[in-house]
Amino acid sequence: MIKTVVIERKPLSLSERTYLPQIASGLKTTLSNLFKKKVTLQYPEQRPSIPRGYRGVPTLVKDPNGREKCVSCQLCEFVCPSKAIRITPGDIPEDDEEQSHVEKAPKEFEIDMLRCIYCGYCEEVCPEEAIFLQEDYSLSGYSREELVNDKEKLYEMGGTLPDKHFKWDKKKTEEEQGNAH
Amino acid sequence: MDAELIQMLALKVTYAIVMVSVVMSIAGYTVLAERKVCAWMQGRVGPNRTVLPFVAAIPFIGPFLRNLGIFQPLADGLKFLFKEEIVPGHVNKFYYYLSPIVALVPALTTMTVLPFGEFTNAEGLTTTLVLANVDLGILFVFAISSLGVYGIVLAGWSSNSKYPFLGGIRSSAQMISYELVMGLSVLPVFLWVNAPGMTGSGLSLVSIVNSQEDAAWLVLVQPLSAFLFLVALFAETNRLPFDMPESETDLVGGFHTEYGSFKFGIFFVAEYAHVVIGSAIFTTLFLGGWHFLPWVADPWAPGLIGSLLGVGWFLAKTFCLIFFFIWVRWTLPRFRYDQVMKLGWAKLLPLALVNLIFYVILVTYLDQAAAS
Amino acid sequence: MCLVEMGMPMRDSGTGEPVLDADGNQKIGWIPKPVIGCGTNVAPGMRVNTDSPLAKDSREGIMEFLLVNHPLDCPICDQAGECRLQEFAMDYGRGYSRFVERKNVKPKRTRLGPRVTLDDERCILCSRCIRFCQEVAKDDVLGFVDRGSYSTLTCFPGKELSNNYSLNTVDICPVGALTSSDFRFKMRVWFLKESPSICTESSAGANTLVASREGQIYRITPRRNDAVNDTWMTDSGRELFKQVQSESRLTAHRSDGTEVTLDAAVARSVELLSNDEIAIVGSCNSSVEEQYLLRKLADQTKAETHLPGHFDDDDGLLLSADRTPNLRGALATGMVKKYPSDNLKPLALQLGKGEVKTLLVVNEDLFALGITKEQIKKAKIIYVGTHENETSKLADVVLPGLTVFEKNGTFINRNFRLQKFFQAVPGPAGLIPDFLVLNRIASELSGEVAESLGLESLWKEIGKLRTSCLKGIAYREIPSDGLALDPDKLADLPYVEGPALNFSPPKVKKAVKAKPKVAKV
Repeated sequence: MIKTVVIERKPLSLSERTYLPQIASGLKTTLSNLFKKKVTLQYPEQRPSIPRGYRGVPTLVKDPNGREKCVSCQLCEFVCPSKAIRITPGDIPEDDEEQSHVEKAPKEFEIDMLRCIYCGYCEEVCPEEAIFLQEDYSLSGYSREELVNDKEKLYEMGGTLPDKHFKWDKKKTEEEQGNAH
Repeated sequence: MDAELIQMLALKVTYAIVMVSVVMSIAGYTVLAERKVCAWMQGRVGPNRTVLPFVAAIPFIGPFLRNLGIFQPLADGLKFLFKEEIVPGHVNKFYYYLSPIVALVPALTTMTVLPFGEFTNAEGLTTTLVLANVDLGILFVFAISSLGVYGIVLAGWSSNSKYPFLGGIRSSAQMISYELVMGLSVLPVFLWVNAPGMTGSGLSLVSIVNSQEDAAWLVLVQPLSAFLFLVALFAETNRLPFDMPESETDLVGGFHTEYGSFKFGIFFVAEYAHVVIGSAIFTTLFLGGWHFLPWVADPWAPGLIGSLLGVGWFLAKTFCLIFFFIWVRWTLPRFRYDQVMKLGWAKLLPLALVNLIFYVILVTYLDQAAAS
Repeated sequence: MCLVEMGMPMRDSGTGEPVLDADGNQKIGWIPKPVIGCGTNVAPGMRVNTDSPLAKDSREGIMEFLLVNHPLDCPICDQAGECRLQEFAMDYGRGYSRFVERKNVKPKRTRLGPRVTLDDERCILCSRCIRFCQEVAKDDVLGFVDRGSYSTLTCFPGKELSNNYSLNTVDICPVGALTSSDFRFKMRVWFLKESPSICTESSAGANTLVASREGQIYRITPRRNDAVNDTWMTDSGRELFKQVQSESRLTAHRSDGTEVTLDAAVARSVELLSNDEIAIVGSCNSSVEEQYLLRKLADQTKAETHLPGHFDDDDGLLLSADRTPNLRGALATGMVKKYPSDNLKPLALQLGKGEVKTLLVVNEDLFALGITKEQIKKAKIIYVGTHENETSKLADVVLPGLTVFEKNGTFINRNFRLQKFFQAVPGPAGLIPDFLVLNRIASELSGEVAESLGLESLWKEIGKLRTSCLKGIAYREIPSDGLALDPDKLADLPYVEGPALNFSPPKVKKAVKAKPKVAKV
């Protein structure tokens, strides 16, 4: 059985009504804070430690064999809530010995860092594990153009990350040794 | 004009310039103190980057001064000077320019009657260190300092904008309300000092200070008066918890919303000059001025050294009070406007009247007792 | 192969009496094994369970088999997003793979024809493309070779998939095995906005979807309309969008050789059309609305109207002999009374005699229609059209128009079917739809200020045409799959189209009836 209980607010005592005891205790608190250790980080000299899973600047990575992993499926472009990503797809020509089995790669890949909101959806959606939000967080420039990262810059920032699957390398091996027709 | 008069005038002008610069620099460093204390209370370090190139090179002292932010007021002042001078199109230009001056001048004028030490020469002649030892002392202070509100009201009105206007209105209402309490709270002090049998004379601040030499400080004699005066002082200097004219959270920037660059800087300095002068006056009235401790005679020998020590002691007390101002600001939230008015009229004013009546009766009783 | 559980009402084997349960309902005898859904005939009282653990498990197994040799190509596959296999895998798949062996490897880029590329690995051997080529395109070139998991789709030796309907195999391919060489790797389908439109290639008027992203068209696909094109369209019609981005596109209003504003160009046109002796050359490529306004303009200026037709061979399917989308519109609005011929000889004669002072040309090149430069010199030319040609270069006033992809309107196809098309992409900056330009000229000629005009209100006017088959039609009421008109008096004109898919010419009706109908899938 639910019962409504009205709790009466206690009337303030005389000393409470003068506010003075409360003011005094407030002053005590602030005074004790005065001598506590400061938490400020002296930013440009000291850097915060970046936790695992931090979402910094989005970058494109290559696999340990130096192959570009992005195949321009454009899912990141689709999922990007702020429409910061723009991809022009292109194909890998058939005579490319190394990578023709992948068939597709981005011709251009641009991330507009003025639009990016660092949500990490692109990393989450990427089926090839080619886009990662890495540890960079400080990004500045003098013009709008400068802050649009193109493919070259994205790969430069991204570097190489370990790969668990080597999906396309396996495919190539299959092609060379497998049930070829 | 004879030579003596010219000499005296020149001397007074020099004194005045020295005093203005001292008070102004104290005001400037009060700003720094505010930022530093605020930072420390919030677990931060505050300004610690500004430094002059050659000072930075000094080992230990250079970095220490830099971490203390000693050069920050300099940088702030320069910043205000070199910022773009923006005058909104909708303001009343004349009063817009006039109001920062009107705000600053009273703050600096009140210090003419402010005694800050004494000098006893070899012949045993004691001179009080004060620009003008006016008999009306405290009245002069009240009269001039309440003019400061005109600066704020003018700024609010000439800005032709709603937030500054509200800030100006609140400010004038608050000033009028607390002026009364302030006056009433000081009356018992003078009643006490000038009571028959006492050695005081008139309303001079010097005599107040001297009455506390080697005797009880008036804050101990009349704690209620001191408390009322302190609260009124907070209100008169527009400090939290009474910063109605500014109240950033509800009025953007209050009366100075439309002000920028050096004009804003002047408002800023005027506010802190008020704090400095207010603290000095409180020290004078209730904390024994340059005298050492209650019931303890000054430990320093008369002469130049003693005089300097006295001034230093006076400044130390003032700085403590300034710290108290800052401390309170970063502890208490702002009163609501209606609470400010209610507190002023319904609480403090009756209390001040009761206090006055009590001391009138007490002094009369003591007077009768002494006579009989 | 959707496996389901099936059961029949139980009957006693001896007496044939229904076996009842405690409640008096007939008991169901469930078959212990799943049955193939599409291969089971419905019988009275039959029960089917599609949601039992057994049915679900079976479906997952089937899905697994389909995916065993299907490559994990979705990130690079153009079909992703409109792939039936992807959808089934999402709806009925297990969600993870148990397959650790090596997948089959097959050729990835076989060129089946000039427009179609085959990825053999992705093929699930449904053979829809083979059936299409046999039954619809009547160009039997595709077949499977080898057996089991070695099965591969190929062309017959010495042949290639080059017929004009080859891209339809790409449309019907449920996976990404057959891809359009033109659209390959251009854009992912989930970005494309699809606007209903009508193919302008011929009077067949195939219903289409124009897929565009951010003002750029990427492909055209057929839109199902069983009364017109079923689900097919020609390969050549799919390439028409390339004219939108053409170099020779007219983008600026010109008057006497200099670029001017729309207002100035309209003012100059009005000035020229105020003369006597005006002729108008209309176009079968214009929409019904534009042709109606041209008629109105002709009535106003007492101009003589001419209409050139463009004719070619008929392929008996969706490429008709009349290579314009709206010849019947010109007849229905009354812009011309006669069936058009493929030249302008009468106009050439008039021009030669100097009987025409001002000539309004809509989207036609006069020189391609048998008029010489000498003849044209004597007349002022106003050109309304989308692309630069010899006529527009000579024209005194050029009013750039919008292509079918950039405006709204209607066409009447060979079946006398009134069909709407819609704007897919914005036109070049500063251009307004052709019917608004014509309306402004018509209004200003009669000294009025042009009202803002929508298709709705224009059709209120068109619907008042007394002797036309368009009488009483409101724009809003034209359904998305078109409105069949009654040709009435227009039925007896010498139309050039031969019998084709979903179409039999009025004059040869009887002959067609004797023959078997054109195959329809």
